[in-house]
This record gives sequence, structure tokens and C-alpha cells, in this order.
Amino acid sequence: MMAISANNTTPLFGEGASSTLRLVVYLVAAIALMIADRRGGWLERLRANTGVVVEPVWRLAAVPAQWARSARIALADRHELSEQNAELSRQLLLAQTRLRRVEAVQEQNQRLQELLAVQKTLGLSVQLAKVIDIDFGPYRRQTIVLDLGSDNGVKVGQPVIDARGLVGQIAEVRPHSCTVLLISDKSHAVPVRIERTGLRTIARGTGALDTLELPNIPTSADVKPGDKLVTSGLGGRFPADFPVGVIRSVGNGASGMFASAVATPDAALDRSAEVLVLHELANPVGPPAPAEEFGPPVSLKGSDEPAPPVATAPASEPEPTPVEER
Amino acid sequence: MRVRGINGLFWGGVLASLLFQLAPLPTVLLPFKPYWLALVLIYWMIEVPERVPLGLCFVLGLVADLLCGEMFGEQALRLCVLCFIVVRFRSRLRFFPMWQQTLAVLALLLNDRVVYLMVHAIAGDPPPERDFWYAPAVGMFAWPWLFLLLDDLRARLRSADA
Repeated sequence: MMAISANNTTPLFGEGASSTLRLVVYLVAAIALMIADRRGGWLERLRANTGVVVEPVWRLAAVPAQWARSARIALADRHELSEQNAELSRQLLLAQTRLRRVEAVQEQNQRLQELLAVQKTLGLSVQLAKVIDIDFGPYRRQTIVLDLGSDNGVKVGQPVIDARGLVGQIAEVRPHSCTVLLISDKSHAVPVRIERTGLRTIARGTGALDTLELPNIPTSADVKPGDKLVTSGLGGRFPADFPVGVIRSVGNGASGMFASAVATPDAALDRSAEVLVLHELANPVGPPAPAEEFGPPVSLKGSDEPAPPVATAPASEPEPTPVEER
Repeated sequence: MRVRGINGLFWGGVLASLLFQLAPLPTVLLPFKPYWLALVLIYWMIEVPERVPLGLCFVLGLVADLLCGEMFGEQALRLCVLCFIVVRFRSRLRFFPMWQQTLAVLALLLNDRVVYLMVHAIAGDPPPERDFWYAPAVGMFAWPWLFLLLDDLRARLRSADA
């Protein structure tokens, strides 16, 4: 069918006008597809439907990287390994200590909540997921791919955390995998609260994995390097009080009206191989419960008196009675 | 038999370029990943243009979008533009010495980047980093090797069948 003779003049070259016309037709088709995709999210739907075909290709493309990784592990230096071992056991010890403390606080929390007759407990249901692909692409759209999909009950919008802090949220779901938009992506923003002062603001991604920016802080606000950021729970997408990052520096914003701060994310965005996908709380609709307002912050305090409840929502109505009983 | 061998080389090249495109790399190396699919298609457009009509470029672009694109139709548009330009200047590109051809490929890849930038600017995406422009240069350096490799494979297939 295909003649390979070199002297065969191409038909395209002769008829310039018709080939230009064809180009225009294809360009218009491509632009129409792009607009349709932007408006209706076609690509995502198409990807979800063709996942069976697409995913094996992805996995095939990831094979060399996996070989490289396993080769590196196989050839790792003995000395390095023993050092790593020591470091890891030290970390395990630390983690266990912390776990004990968290358990103690959780028990205390449980007791307090039972006392306060709050209906909802803080039981978060989580699912462990493995990171199977990382591709930041030419535009540095910061996403990772996890091995959980709609078959595992994952839905768009679910928060993703790792051992240290918030990682991102699920942006796209296929039958056996899903894509997570990292908090460091330029188009991502998290409502946060500064733990020390309670100031609420927004942390935006910058496109760099190790940097978040807080563009609008009132110049009079008390913000210092080293302040911890936690999710505020506003907007209802992320549960409250998950660590997000630590303020690295505070400076003047471009406009001079606001101060802007730069923060380092707590989560190991460039390193984690396993993350946790958070499932929705018992009642996903409505504003986040004000329950977090009165518990002591997770990190401290054995048996201090909890701060008096701040009455903010009708849900806190039943609180006073048990408090008086104590 | 002969046709099948050449066909196999073409589709094998396209598949390999798609896989290269998708292969995860360390973050440091990512901006240097050349547009493999475009390079492979440029080779075939220069050598055997009947094999890569505009329509096939469009379809391959859609497939690539499905696999790795950010917007459906984006690579289809870029490949169509590329194909059109290459076929227009094919007779000249073909008889260029290698270094001129390499520069021409750089120009094509830069043009491709500009098209990409226009599409994303219109779509309202933030402007890219400076390392966005590294990939065409890498593509330029990859071109002579790719050209020699594909040319050699094609010549072997031909002589084996003859």
C-alpha cells in the first residue's frame, strides 16, 4: 500500500489550497474539542471511561523508573543502610512516644465528648494509598497518582494527608487510580488558621513543592516565623485542625496593604510513597462542627481545664449543661 | 512483508515515543524531557509524508492527550500545526545538511512551545517557569541521533526485504 520510492512527489505539496483548508478544519476541530473540554470536563469523563486501556500504558511507562528504584535499593551501601536503620528506629521510638500521648489525649477527648453529650465522635475513617506516579509536566501542574479509584470508593474532593500534614485533595478519579492535586499547586488554596493566635487566612500553592504563600495577612496581625498553620475547617472541604505548614518568613506584600508570609508545608510532598485518603465524616453536609473549639489542641496539656466553649453555632447549645455539671 | 516491517517500525516508534513521554523522571530532569512524539513524527513526515497525513497527526494528538494531556485537543492542535509546516517545507528540510536540519527542528519545537503557550494563555493558566524553554533545546540535540537511528533501521528493513 505504501510506496517507499523516494521520487514519488507528495500530493500534499501540489495542492496548497486544499491542504490549507484541511489544516483549518483540523485546527477548528481541535479548538472546539478544547473548549468543550474546558467547559464540560470531557477529558476526565473520557479518561474515566477509557481507564482500562489507559492505565496499562501508564504502568508500562512507569516500569523503567521502578527498575531504577529497585536497582538503587539493591546496590545501596551497607553503611548507608545501617545508618538509615538507626535513624528509623530512633524515629520509631519518637513516633511511638507521640502515639502514646495522642492516645492519651484521644481518650481524654472521648471522655470530654461523652460528658458534653456531643453526638458525633471524631472517628475519621482513612484509607492507605500508594503513590504510583508523579508527573509535574511542563506546566508544573502538581499532581500525584494514587492506586485507589472509584472501585475503592474514592470520590473527587476527598482530602489526602500523610504522617506529617495535609498533602492535597483528590481532583480526578478513575476506576483503579486517582489524581491528587497537591497543596503546593498554583491553583490550590487551603483555608488555614494560625495555631498560636487563631488568625484565619488562606494558604496558596506557589508551584514549588517546599513553599506555600499567605498573601493577605493584615499588617497589624501577629505573625512570626515558626508559627504553625492548621486547617481551619472553613469551606467544609478539609476537616479542621490538620497541620498544614510552618511560617518561614514574613514580609510586606506587593501592594503594601497586606503583609504576606511564606510557609513550608509539613507534609513531605516530594518524598511520601504512601498517603492516607480521608473519608467523609458522618455528616458531610453543612458547616464543620464547632466541636473542635473547646477541646485542647492535640499536641499538649494533660489535664488542663478546657477553654470555655465559644458559642458560635446552634449546635453548641447542649454544651453548657454538662459543663455546669462538672 | 516489506510493508509490514516498515509499518512495524512506524507504529513501534510512535508507541515508544508515547511511553517515553509518559515515563516518570526525577523532578530535576522533568523540564528537559523532549517532545518525543513530535520528533518521531517529524522524521516520518520528512521521509515518507504519505504515511503521516494531517488526519493521522490529529488522531495521534488526541491519543496523546488522552494519555498525558492537560486539555483534550491540545496536542492534536500542536501536531497539526507541526505537520503542516513540515510538509510545506519538506523538500527543503530533506536536503539540508544535518546541522541545518537540526536547527530547523529546534525552530519547529520552539514554534510548538509558542503554540502551547498561546493555548494555555487563552485558557487562563498561569505563565510557566523559565525551564519551560529547555525542552526544545534537548529535542534539538536528540534529533540527529533519532534521525540516524530511524534511518538506519529503515534502511536495514529495506535491504533485508529486497
